[in-house]
Amino acid sequence: MNAHSMTVAGEPVTHKGEVLLSVDNVSLRFGGVKAISDVSFDIRKGEIRAIIGPNGAGKTSMLNCINGFYHPQEGRITYKGLRRAKVRPHQAAAAGIARTFQNVALFKGMSTLDNIMTGRTLKMRKGFFWQALRHGPAMDEEIEHRKVVEDIIDFLQIQHIRKLPVGKLPYGLQKRVELGRALAMEPELLLLDEPMAGMNLEEKEDMCRFILDVNNQFGTTIALIEHDMGVVMDLSDRVVVLEYGRKIADGTPAEVKADQRVIDAYLGVAH
Amino acid sequence: MASAAAGRADTFPKLLLRNARERGARVAFRHKDLGIWQSWTWAEVAEQVRAYAKGFEQLGLKRGEKVAIIGYNRPRLYWSMAAAQWLGAIPVPVYADSVADEMAYVLDHAGAVFACVQDQEQVDKVLSVIERLPALRHMLYDEPRGLRDYDHAKLHDIGNVIEAGRAALKDTTVSAAHDREMEQGASDDLAIILYTSGTTGRPKGVMLTHFNVITAAEIGCSFDGLNENDEIIAYLPIAWVGDHVFSYAQAIIAGFCVNCPEGPETVVDDRREIGTTYAFAPPRVFETMLTLTMVRMEDAGPLMRKVFNYFLGVAKQHGEKILNGESVPLSARLLYKLGDIIIYAPLRNRFGLTNIKVGYTAGEAIGPELFRFYRSIGVNLKQLYGQTEAGVYITMQPDGEIKADTVGKPAPQVEIKIADNGEVLYRSPSIFRGYYKDDEKTAETMTEDGYVRSGDAGFFDESGHLKIIDRAKDVGKLNSGELFPPKYIENKLKFYPNIKEVVAFGQGRDYATVALNIDLTAVGNWAERNNVVYASYQELAGHPQVYEMMAKHVDEVNRSLAAEPMMGGAQIKRFLILHKELDADDGELTRTQKVRRGFIAERYAPLVEALYNGSTQADISTEVTFEDGRKGVISATVKVADAKVYPVSSLATKEAA
Repeated sequence: MNAHSMTVAGEPVTHKGEVLLSVDNVSLRFGGVKAISDVSFDIRKGEIRAIIGPNGAGKTSMLNCINGFYHPQEGRITYKGLRRAKVRPHQAAAAGIARTFQNVALFKGMSTLDNIMTGRTLKMRKGFFWQALRHGPAMDEEIEHRKVVEDIIDFLQIQHIRKLPVGKLPYGLQKRVELGRALAMEPELLLLDEPMAGMNLEEKEDMCRFILDVNNQFGTTIALIEHDMGVVMDLSDRVVVLEYGRKIADGTPAEVKADQRVIDAYLGVAH
Repeated sequence: MASAAAGRADTFPKLLLRNARERGARVAFRHKDLGIWQSWTWAEVAEQVRAYAKGFEQLGLKRGEKVAIIGYNRPRLYWSMAAAQWLGAIPVPVYADSVADEMAYVLDHAGAVFACVQDQEQVDKVLSVIERLPALRHMLYDEPRGLRDYDHAKLHDIGNVIEAGRAALKDTTVSAAHDREMEQGASDDLAIILYTSGTTGRPKGVMLTHFNVITAAEIGCSFDGLNENDEIIAYLPIAWVGDHVFSYAQAIIAGFCVNCPEGPETVVDDRREIGTTYAFAPPRVFETMLTLTMVRMEDAGPLMRKVFNYFLGVAKQHGEKILNGESVPLSARLLYKLGDIIIYAPLRNRFGLTNIKVGYTAGEAIGPELFRFYRSIGVNLKQLYGQTEAGVYITMQPDGEIKADTVGKPAPQVEIKIADNGEVLYRSPSIFRGYYKDDEKTAETMTEDGYVRSGDAGFFDESGHLKIIDRAKDVGKLNSGELFPPKYIENKLKFYPNIKEVVAFGQGRDYATVALNIDLTAVGNWAERNNVVYASYQELAGHPQVYEMMAKHVDEVNRSLAAEPMMGGAQIKRFLILHKELDADDGELTRTQKVRRGFIAERYAPLVEALYNGSTQADISTEVTFEDGRKGVISATVKVADAKVYPVSSLATKEAA
């Protein structure tokens, strides 16, 4: 009767499993500006993959390509073994790719609960008519979804703000709610764009813990952009480094840290 | 003087089984989880505890061994206590927010062989000091999240332990033997060891037997007529004697329902949903509730504010008298009734106190204003004076004899006498059996004729009510020979809602001074309404307007001290506002949020010096500890302000402004 244990999606996490998503020779241009040029890397099932690089390196553009917001002019992106044609963001979402944004994008006037509930939209089976009626099968369905959402609220420890409008919450909590909404989609691949930007130390540590727990408990594959090098080194299994739209390094945190080009990119080098 | 329960159900596991027999279908525990109140009946709880105890035994727990319980108020942690007691083992609850070092001390000192913890955070904390805990054999956790990849050789999910126990109990011979094991428990066995937070030095383990705890709990139950229909919310630290007697012992004895909130942050909402009938809280909790309401009222419309203030005035004038059953003119009664409908009842509902029968405040002195406020809106709030060593109750306020500045009359079965130095001594059947592994301290605390030294200075007033002034050893003298009661001064200031903490200095000095902590919620709200811009606590604390505000409070306190003949010499001559909030993690407060004066004086030595050498400001840098134990440094320049001192009304001194 105690509903503590969370249901764990899928089988045990196999770190460094098969390739979930691969990016091959992708280039993205905005007019004459080359945001990404000829970048290739892959994301394996169950890993935490960090994308780092100085400002303007093309990190967010890369995420936007992955979830179908931008369409690269060259190269291809293969997800779960299928090469993708032009995918729209909602198709990517339906295929199990969820994301959070650099600057929080929540419905400010809605409660935490409702915001996370919107993450379930794609999973709703009953049509608009039944939903509006909120009776019979639609009600059963809502209870089912609410259960998932409550699990997430418990997981992220945001019970105390369940009914508060998110616009009133401090930034750190808004970021957590946004993560909650992404989790509500039960994604296979979770894209996090600077999940810890603007947080204080304690909030950062909480967020790190949540990211690790998501990876550990649900086996969700995570790709994240982050500037805090300490966080990146602690969290990620592998790191890809971009600079001026090009990939300059790819490997384990230790390898990347020792790479001369990465050090140059971050510390600057005399030209 | 034997307990009524002696001879029958004289231990908690036996009482638990009695409840399962007599009121098996009544709800015993609720826990809000996933947004829903999950509940367990007494029959279910008894079954769980029985199986849990078997699970403990399978893991090798033996009679007399110690089991540490670490976490917030969760049903399974309370059951861990009962399950340990089933086998004659002794639960040792530990403050969940202790840092790893403090926890290591308690676990090691108690020689805990098992630790039942709430979640990963606590597991990690214990693991981080595991090399200091050679006795610890197994760790059990309630919340599995994040613990999947941990080595489970010595780590167990409580649910699995209960399950394993239940499976073993299917065998009838095993089952019967298991019950015999429980029957062996006697009322003189140790029931629990509670570590006191210790205003000074290391925590001490207070040993209480089943008889002690049952007696104490029965005193409380009969005094206020608690029964199985009562509802309480368990949110205070499980390692505090108040919570142990209240949420564990009294619940099992009276058979009422214990509600565990979702988390520490949701207590206010959860309390409201349950509508508790009996409450026990330190003044801080009542203070926070009131501050939040007042802060919100500041934002309400002018009409609303006017009505609110008017009726609070009515309540202030007549509310307490009505509650005390004194005579009040009919017109005032009618007005109060109207106020009850539009203001007081909704307020009580807001506070979650609609169904409250009686509420207690203890642990610290409560501000008379605050105390009267709750009583005036119809909440039967009372004070009690207690200590862990007494199994809580020393004095209580009987209905109709409630005063804001005393802590009431001796509780049933308690004898009190005042020593020559003013120290309060007490004796009762529920007093403790000594400090665990510390006979020296025990001997220091107990007198030869069986009284316990409370360490508090106090006196009885003309109506036989006890009045506590301060810790006996803290009541000091100024160089002028005047009395200097630091806590008395601190409390007077703390009763202002925008002051959170106060530390008074003056022992062996020429005059009294204080260092203040502002209340960020209250002052922050004030700043917002008055267009005062600030970026941090530090900046707000140093703001000239905030200083002005505090100066006003200090001035009022000086006036009131001057009006009291014995206290007039202790008026505050200079004060400052600290640049950081005092924090238990930095060792400035005890875990029960009491200030550690000596430690603070040392830590902020440059500031204390500035209070006495006449300078107008001082530089300070302090090391702070984050929750994970890492350290950082805060530096600031703190201003020191002067306050006006009033001539004392009596002829005792000539200290003039």
